Amino acid sequence: MVCEACKQQQATVHLTEIVNDQMTELHLCEACANQKGAQVESHFGLADLLSGLADVGKSAEVEEEVSTKTCPTCGMTYDDFRKVGRLGCSECYTTFKRSLSSLLKRIHGSTHHLGKAPAQLVKPSKTKAELSELKKRLDRAISMEEFEEAAQLRDQIREVERQEQRVRNKKSDQ
Amino acid sequence: MTSNEWPSGRVTSEMAKELDELLNKTSEWLRGVGPVSDIVISSRIRLARNLEKIPFATRATEASQAEVLRHVSESLTHLSSLKNPFLVQMGELDELDRQFLVERHVISREHASQPDHRAVAIGPGEVISIMVNEEDHLRIQVMQSGLNLRDAWGLIDALDDELSEAMPYAYSSDWGYLTCCLTNAGTGMRASVMMHLPALVITKQINKVLHAITKLGLTARGLYGEGTEAQGNFFQISNQVALGHSEEELVENLERILKQVIDHEQTARDSLLGNSRLQLEDRMWRAYGILRYAQTISSNETLDLLSAVRLGVDLGIMNRLDRNTVMELLIFSQPAHLQKLEGGKLLTKERDAKRALLIRRRLGAKE
Repeated sequence: MVCEACKQQQATVHLTEIVNDQMTELHLCEACANQKGAQVESHFGLADLLSGLADVGKSAEVEEEVSTKTCPTCGMTYDDFRKVGRLGCSECYTTFKRSLSSLLKRIHGSTHHLGKAPAQLVKPSKTKAELSELKKRLDRAISMEEFEEAAQLRDQIREVERQEQRVRNKKSDQ
Repeated sequence: MTSNEWPSGRVTSEMAKELDELLNKTSEWLRGVGPVSDIVISSRIRLARNLEKIPFATRATEASQAEVLRHVSESLTHLSSLKNPFLVQMGELDELDRQFLVERHVISREHASQPDHRAVAIGPGEVISIMVNEEDHLRIQVMQSGLNLRDAWGLIDALDDELSEAMPYAYSSDWGYLTCCLTNAGTGMRASVMMHLPALVITKQINKVLHAITKLGLTARGLYGEGTEAQGNFFQISNQVALGHSEEELVENLERILKQVIDHEQTARDSLLGNSRLQLEDRMWRAYGILRYAQTISSNETLDLLSAVRLGVDLGIMNRLDRNTVMELLIFSQPAHLQKLEGGKLLTKERDAKRALLIRRRLGAKE
């Protein structure tokens, strides 16, 4: 379809206007549509913005990770990730740990998962050990007056306790 | 991949029949019941999950996708939280049937557009569906009618636990569930609620409300999700953040904010009734008049008019109609539903005429 305004370019923007119940359709090329002041909204998701975010703030270590590393499992490079905005496999998370950590922080405001865990991983012995370790770290953080870290640890402890409670509840349901 | 790797136990013709039967059933989310159902259409929670040691969609091969399908189909055979799911390979469905499932919110548009090596498992009443080999290996979803995120979470949590015992998930204790896109990492959860907010649109407050929502870590979309317009005053509101909070916290946060949106909509409805009742009633009855007598009508116009009629039903102004009829018309007038009802592909012009006829008949039957 050819643009109705310039009659030269391919029409890629299709506008439907309803004025006084009169529906008119306009088929325009992007340049003419812009001229007409039509708001051309392209499909632009959060993932597309990642490529922009992926460039900011590189330390020397991150630089090394970004420029030299290739995921041993799927062969993805950081450059590939930057292009598609998606990771290749779960191992990519380990390969590009540092860069992804700062990206996750920007996207979610956090780098610590506080939700549920797969059923087979939630073993009482594991949570017990995890809890005492977290509590030790919390004491240390408080004594060092590192309150931001302390708050994060406190949240983690609560979540582990909640996990444990969930497992107990589920067991008593069965 | 051969079809016996996805042992649906049904031949294609039976599958098509079973799919056609969905036409005669109202999906759970469309029933118009549940808490706050005059404003909240449905609640949905989805979890993104990937299997350990298998490449994500971006690096998938035919063999790796077949492996995912095999794992999932094996796991699905003995679940107590999802019994006898209806299993379909997307490649075995024609475009119309795939679109039909999109309109019912059972699968995503993305899943329908690239059917190869993809599948979906659908539970009774379409409450549960599991997309296989979408952006993530598994996209598990639960839909409920009305504002019912807690029940939805309870159902999906139990199903997810069962699935995770049958298949090892890609998971790290630091970063939670590892997903193809970083925006889903952590809980892998998106909780969303579909709301009908006509009074906020009429009183021109909607942009303010939606703007405030995005500042609170939530996001608003149209009727059919990412990249779709908010047609017919229907808005999907969901969490944007998935990492750093537990699932329960994310659900609570969403609920808290939604309650305020609901209050705003309610206040706007009350003020419209109080200050401009005549204009409001006029708007609804005109909408009804067009739907009742139009000879040709597009799906977009239908949505807008049904929104006005639905508000009339919810405010008790249009007593001869019920919510269920309005929602049924809403889904039946969608292109793929209409074509399935009419028994095959139709041109847009033919569709618009058939749509008008269907609506005239259904509304006429209620008079």
